[in-house]
Amino acid sequence: MSSKTSITRTVIVESKPGAITKAFEWILSKLQAGNFSAEDVFAVRMALSEAFLNAISHGNKMDPDKEIKIDYSVSEDKVGISMTDQGEGFNPQKVPDPRCDENLYKTRGRGLLLMRSYMDVVEFNELGNSVHMVRYKNSARSAANSKDSNEQQGRSGV
Amino acid sequence: MVAIRPKIIVNYAENATMVVFTDEKILEDKDIKALQESIMSVIEQARGIKLILDFCNVRYLSSAVLGLLIRISKKVYEQDGRLKLCNINPKIYEIFKITRLTKVFDIYDNSQSAIDSLSAGQ
Repeated sequence: MSSKTSITRTVIVESKPGAITKAFEWILSKLQAGNFSAEDVFAVRMALSEAFLNAISHGNKMDPDKEIKIDYSVSEDKVGISMTDQGEGFNPQKVPDPRCDENLYKTRGRGLLLMRSYMDVVEFNELGNSVHMVRYKNSARSAANSKDSNEQQGRSGV
Repeated sequence: MVAIRPKIIVNYAENATMVVFTDEKILEDKDIKALQESIMSVIEQARGIKLILDFCNVRYLSSAVLGLLIRISKKVYEQDGRLKLCNINPKIYEIFKITRLTKVFDIYDNSQSAIDSLSAGQ
């Protein structure tokens, strides 16, 4: 495999929590085979889980007739995942910061923060029903620098 | 007949009730709902419960679990109880740090430390 070769796949799954398992395991196995670090594997697992749960519950409103399209690619130096639901979308800039005192005891609203903390790139399309995430191999991204990174990205929310 | 593996193990140590999560991964809604039912049932049986949640087996959890922990915390304190968390591995602890929930929960390295803090009235 040349240094620029990437393996790309697309899968369409139903809006059920277990529907992503095969795609999940494929991505994680490619990361492990490609010598991505344990931190990278954990980070991608976390971000994928949160993105998928958001797509099911917030995007597709748990509608079993709606689907989620997942495009994923693993190359020598990064993993990229795009997830698109069939919902109406949302404005990620308006998601309240769950770290603020007034939100700290809320039982929901942390998924987007975790996605942005574990992935190097998290971008939404204009409608807000599709997210593209990238994690670079052996990324130094961690809890220690996630706050700084969010500020650098100029996000008002999380 | 398929054996159903319990999602929690409940132990009693000194004055504390220890709930140990048995699953390595706590990600799906159905599992979280089952955990909520089990743990709330334990809390409701004892007003003023000194509850310790032990994460020794947990390697992955979703943000929905954090929501469950907040609901548990509210229930425990409504009933004049105390709640401690323990044996959280570094990767899971990072999730608590990222979300600033280290300010909400009392987290200990091991179960004995959690028991000792409860015994000391903390």
